[in-house]
Amino acid sequence: MDRRTFLEILVGSTAGAGAGFMLTPVNWKLMDDVTIWTQEVWPDFFAGIPERGEVTHANSVCNLCPGGCGIRVRKVADRATKIEGRRGYPVNDGGICILGAAGLQLLYGPWRVPSPLRRVGKPGSGKFEKISWEEAISEVVRKLSVLRRKGKAHTVASILGSDRGTVPNLFARFLEAYGSPNFICTTSAEDTSELALKLMQGGKASAGYDLERANFILSFGSGLIEGWGSPVRVIKAHSLWRSGNLKKRATVVQIEPRLSNTAAKADNWYPVNPGTEAALALGLAHVIIRESLYNIYFIRNHTSGFEDWTDSAGKTHMGFKRLVLTEYTPDAVSRTTGIAAKKIVKLARAFARARHPLAVWGRGKGSVSGSLYECMAVHALNALVGNINKSGGVSVRPEIATHTWPRVYQDATALAGFSRSRIDGANTNRYPLTKYLPDRWPQIISRKKAGTIQALFVHDADPYYTTLDTSAVAKAFERIPFVVSFSSYLDETAFHSDLILPNHHYLERWEDLPTPIGLQKPILSLLRPVVPPQFDTRHVGDVLMTIARNLGGAVANAFPWRNYKALLQETMGDKWSTIKKTGYVEEADYQPPIWKDAFATRSRKFEFYITALNRAGMKRNKDLDYLPHYEPITPEGDSETYPLTLIPYELIRLADGAIGNPPFCTKAVEMTELKGNDIFVEVNPKTAGDYGLAEGRYAMLETPKGKAKVLVHLSEGIMPGLVGMPKGLGHAGYDGYLAGKGVNVNSLMGVVEDPISGLCATWGIQAKLASV
Amino acid sequence: MSTTEEKEQTAGEQGGEHGPEEATHEPVKPGAWRFLIPIGAFGAGFVSLLFFGWVIFPHLLYGEKQQPVDFSHVIHQEAVDEGCESCHFFREDGSFSGIPRLENCVQCHEEPMGESPEEAKFIAEYVEPGKEIPWHVYARQPQCAFFSHAAHVKMAELECATCHGPVGDSDHARPYQYNRLTKYSRNIWGWNIAGLKKKTADRMKMDDCAECHEESKGHKDACFVCHK
Repeated sequence: MDRRTFLEILVGSTAGAGAGFMLTPVNWKLMDDVTIWTQEVWPDFFAGIPERGEVTHANSVCNLCPGGCGIRVRKVADRATKIEGRRGYPVNDGGICILGAAGLQLLYGPWRVPSPLRRVGKPGSGKFEKISWEEAISEVVRKLSVLRRKGKAHTVASILGSDRGTVPNLFARFLEAYGSPNFICTTSAEDTSELALKLMQGGKASAGYDLERANFILSFGSGLIEGWGSPVRVIKAHSLWRSGNLKKRATVVQIEPRLSNTAAKADNWYPVNPGTEAALALGLAHVIIRESLYNIYFIRNHTSGFEDWTDSAGKTHMGFKRLVLTEYTPDAVSRTTGIAAKKIVKLARAFARARHPLAVWGRGKGSVSGSLYECMAVHALNALVGNINKSGGVSVRPEIATHTWPRVYQDATALAGFSRSRIDGANTNRYPLTKYLPDRWPQIISRKKAGTIQALFVHDADPYYTTLDTSAVAKAFERIPFVVSFSSYLDETAFHSDLILPNHHYLERWEDLPTPIGLQKPILSLLRPVVPPQFDTRHVGDVLMTIARNLGGAVANAFPWRNYKALLQETMGDKWSTIKKTGYVEEADYQPPIWKDAFATRSRKFEFYITALNRAGMKRNKDLDYLPHYEPITPEGDSETYPLTLIPYELIRLADGAIGNPPFCTKAVEMTELKGNDIFVEVNPKTAGDYGLAEGRYAMLETPKGKAKVLVHLSEGIMPGLVGMPKGLGHAGYDGYLAGKGVNVNSLMGVVEDPISGLCATWGIQAKLASV
Repeated sequence: MSTTEEKEQTAGEQGGEHGPEEATHEPVKPGAWRFLIPIGAFGAGFVSLLFFGWVIFPHLLYGEKQQPVDFSHVIHQEAVDEGCESCHFFREDGSFSGIPRLENCVQCHEEPMGESPEEAKFIAEYVEPGKEIPWHVYARQPQCAFFSHAAHVKMAELECATCHGPVGDSDHARPYQYNRLTKYSRNIWGWNIAGLKKKTADRMKMDDCAECHEESKGHKDACFVCHK
């Protein structure tokens, strides 16, 4: 073959092949297939296309906050794809908040603890190794056995997020059987509110607010649409108040130093000097009493300590009326609070003349316990207008009774340890009325000689992040040789633990949930597994029981149940079948007792003058200390060095408790709150002028507890002299979606104790802000 | 082919023989057959690619799997009370049980109903261990397409066979062919490799959806009707 022939054949056959090819379906077909391949198969290598499956829905409850909403989880096969509010559920009837909706990010997020972990690096280094459950449990058992043998059972403590329900009670029972009094829970405004109810009305109960029927809401700083109470329920009530339906429309008055969303949506906003809310409440009481606008029937027949009174020894005591009339004139209150006297008179009249007035208390979401006297002063307003246990008012609400557990038989070691005094100082001579003082233990442990706490269990709480004065907590943690976290997430506390025994996520486990905060009717609900456990986790109840069983003896005997689910079923008793089927049991026809039977105080009346203080052993010299009064909670720091006052504020878009903010919520945080990794502080333009600060510029914020670089946002909505900072940022734990974003305001604050409860009453701290 | 090769050879030989003479004799014109070389080559390439494209390519593109159980619609149609809807029904939430779950089968097949070896295999492998049957789905659409049976069957009152063909008349489960590249069933593109169809049920591509939408609604509909 010559060259020419070769070329002719080559070119000819190639051209023929080309022409032939164009007449086959290959190219058209492949073009189509490649398109599908790129969109259907190829991304699978990167993003992963979820598998298909049958769509089902499962009902459960959300326990991310004390709100306790009913949820309906949409599932595709075994995969949860969406969380919606459960329709017809007594708390939220189909509504859901941003955090609840983002619950799936907590379930599938990269911050889950995948298996038991043991710290291998230095404390706080975050270096962990995976270990088996058997190994993890035997390590805990070994440490606890040694402590018990050495007679140091009382040095074991636990910190929990709540003391209600079977799991917290298991912890309490464990410590009782083991021999430690140190069962500690984190506290909130709810604890102060319960204490105020206990002192003024007697008995143990929570406050229920009939928000839906109230038509004049006087809020002392409560973030009604920022997550106060049971957030979805309160927001729904807020919609009723703001609705065009005149029958349901209500007047909302917000008393707060900063223009929060609640303040912005209120009919009236009174920017009050922060920390002087109690004075304002008493100023309002003054007008109501002076003008006889109070419920005379209730005050005369069902209250005690309103008028001056004489005790059995013949000594005359000052009543609430005299105190208020002499000390809290509108002019005097105006000087304290910064609200004009005329406005105080007008507000008092409007409140007292409303058909269903209701005063609510608890700053922001109510995450800080707050001042007891302030709470009592606000509650006294409710008493004055006679809305206690009334429609549209505030009532006492018990819990649904469950099957009680058999008594714990303590052995000699347990008895000896259990009778020691608590390390947090609660329930002691100084603070006999308080159950737990979780904010106080870091200082205590730092002061006493090392070794006060030898082992610490943390469940459903993140004290390392949420406690004010973070550096004190860090120091305390350094002194605790053995910290065990039961967290499902790698939060700050877990990060600083020696051992993590991860609990199932709330969508993976059984657990009971008591009545949501602020509800009038008792409800008991059930968390149920919506999806199978995603990781090698175990139910904390089962883990605790296994530890007890392995400790043997009396500790093991205190836990006769087969497993947690058997215990749960037994505790629910005859309610189990209903609660398992419907997800909750409700006392829908619950009515709070009528006034005659309502009060469990010694006088069987509502007590303005709280005699319970004496019986608790807190004898005071002045009558003033027994009455709701304004007792300034002075922020830390001298006003010479720190001329401004830092106040934290809370947002519905930022979870600031034991649960880290999921990315879905963080995305919703505004550009004037967080920009990149920088947090904004809010200051009035006037303050900015005084200190040379400008919008969007960096500044150094310094308090007696620490300092941080922040961005400045100017707002007319905050009172001059104040620096507002959002709560819930500045995490170090979790992952890149949350860690390192902004500053944890808790690290700049300190704990100021309430004189009666000892709980954290901090509302602010002195600060200075200088541009950098 | 052989003819061409022979000619090529002949041409080569002739070229060799006459080559030296070219210098001395007047140039010899190539034979009348010379033009056949490129045409022949063209034809050969053309035919072989046609053969490849129409005959070999489909075998390369599509793989074949047998259904896990040989299912007879005919037998079942006779045995059940409510026709197709005994197994292919709308769930309470409006979604469609296109592939019935095992629990449907178990309603009748807890014990063998007949003596068919396929049924015995089905009971041993799936009913007893409680395992869902991994059916290969002939009509599964790509992820990007949203399809609601309720809208088509209940509202537009389409027959199942309009899209699925006379599946109910099949006595055996036919082999499932799938596209090796896209992983989708051959039924989407249709069995004809050129994508030609005679009946509506022959193809299930977007154009086929649009064609029917245009006929019934007067327009092809917007993208987001199906691509959510």
